[in-house]
Amino acid sequence: MSHRCLVAVSALVIAVASWRTMPVAGQTRSAGAGTTGTGAKAYTAPRTPDGQPDLQGFWSNTTFTPLERPKDVTKEFYTREELLEIVKKASAQEAEQTEPGTVADVHYDFTQFGLDKSQSAMAVNLRTSLIVDPPDGRLPPLSAEGQRRAADRVAARKARGGPHDAVQNEPLGARCILMDRNGPPMLGGAYNNTYQIMQTRDYVMILVEMLHDVRIIPLDGRPQLPANVRQWTGSSRGRWEGQTLVIETTNLTDKFAFLGSSENMRLTERFTRVAADTLRYQFTVEDPATWTRAWSAEVPWKTDTGPIFEHACHEGNYGLFNTLAGARAEEKRAAEEAAKKKSPR
Amino acid sequence: MRDWLRIALTVGFGLTLAVITAGSQTRTFRAPRTPDGKPNFNGIWQALNEAYWDVEAHAAAPSPVLELGAAHAVAGGLSIIDGGTIPYKPQALAKKQENFANRLKLDPEIKCYLPGVPRANYMPYPFQIIQGPKHVMMVYTFAGAVRTIYMDDHKEAPADSWMGWSNGHWEGETLVVDTTGFNDQTWFDRAGNFHSEALHVVERFTAASPDHLLYEASIEDPNVFTRPWKISMPLYRRLDKNVQIMEFRCVEFVEELIYGNLRKKSSQ
Repeated sequence: MSHRCLVAVSALVIAVASWRTMPVAGQTRSAGAGTTGTGAKAYTAPRTPDGQPDLQGFWSNTTFTPLERPKDVTKEFYTREELLEIVKKASAQEAEQTEPGTVADVHYDFTQFGLDKSQSAMAVNLRTSLIVDPPDGRLPPLSAEGQRRAADRVAARKARGGPHDAVQNEPLGARCILMDRNGPPMLGGAYNNTYQIMQTRDYVMILVEMLHDVRIIPLDGRPQLPANVRQWTGSSRGRWEGQTLVIETTNLTDKFAFLGSSENMRLTERFTRVAADTLRYQFTVEDPATWTRAWSAEVPWKTDTGPIFEHACHEGNYGLFNTLAGARAEEKRAAEEAAKKKSPR
Repeated sequence: MRDWLRIALTVGFGLTLAVITAGSQTRTFRAPRTPDGKPNFNGIWQALNEAYWDVEAHAAAPSPVLELGAAHAVAGGLSIIDGGTIPYKPQALAKKQENFANRLKLDPEIKCYLPGVPRANYMPYPFQIIQGPKHVMMVYTFAGAVRTIYMDDHKEAPADSWMGWSNGHWEGETLVVDTTGFNDQTWFDRAGNFHSEALHVVERFTAASPDHLLYEASIEDPNVFTRPWKISMPLYRRLDKNVQIMEFRCVEFVEELIYGNLRKKSSQ
């Protein structure tokens, strides 16, 4: 694929571990549910001057852990040694240099530009999947409505023509509209999984590096937007529950369709600082129009260094232009060749 | 003793009067403070003028798009510039006029490109200030643009960008923001007023009442202007109930305009 830097790599292929700096203390998995299995002890976050748990700073949710547990894995946690092997292998794979000038390297090499996951801040996660509920670590089955909607989507996609027939047929990420890192829920992608959190008395702000996207979440208990107002990232309202920031999101669209979700998806995100350098990000998805039951996932975020530079994706979207222009050029060439065959001169 | 008391009271009263008088003369307003003792600019703000059409004085004019009629006609407005006009170099003035003539094709706003500085501050949309000790964020409605103003970790712009690289500091009641590292792609308004990548903007945000800020910006670009020039305007706090920055993901709105010519012919 010629625009690989813009294509959000599937969040299903991922997750967590800093293999170079993996702490020796992280081996026991006594901490049980709601942890990354690294045996983190109870931790109390420092407070902001307004008395809120302080989540501020730069964070990374880069991970090698897949959203769903691989089919051949039956346990909830890897051992430290197993994780180390997995991360080593994944790191070596992504560092493989493609041959300059070949099709695979037509864009640029991630390693060369420091975009590999193993070159990024990454929290240790012994979990075998990001999904923690259902307990098998896999997405619940689609509901009857979910199956019908999935079939409708496939039919609609077919009716729209080929993937490069028109800009609207291209993936949202390639169009710089929305990426997996923006969410909500916010999941790590191939690179640039950097976030900045700032808190004031009345708002939490989350700056997502990708698409210079800012989520501003009011904490004053105001109601969600009116039901007829639908936004790509919905309507989000936040509150504190003890150590935890809870954000509820509704008013989504069916255009974003997170893993096929419906516009009535209800998302609850929970942010808890569980160590000076780790934030626990949990989310629960409720959407009977898609899945037979609610499901939850958990991703540790690791402190990262700033600053976050401007990601002007749309403004420099040569990849999208070239993809469409290339498809038209291919068609023209094919038509000319066909004409030549018909009437050879 | 009584004389001493009288003198003391008189002097004290006189001083109080002097402070009040001086205060009202310079219109110094002391803004509420953040926990770290700085003027608190947290809030949702918006300019209320017609500079987004043209930063110079201009009369009302028809919309450049016939079909939009009066609904998108240019609203007349006065200049926001000290001295009224932009001191263009002759060649640059010619380019400005060319920009104006071709504004439907060239205005970066039409393509949903990041609006740059100072334009972002007086577009007809609200923006929100999120203020911390190390970073002050300005989050704009248009194109979801955002600026980080670095308050303590000042550095040179690491590369050119659309919104520039902003270093800030406090001068009493005023937030001073020094921005460089721009590209040459943004405009000042819909009238084709422009700059080069040498643009240097110094902005001053000063609270003038609980609900408005005085916004001033000095603009320097030796490639385009004969001398630095200055703009100023009030920014008003949006007081509407539950007001919030709404999503304005305008990329979707401009895709057909930008890429429509690359649509497959047989495709709908």
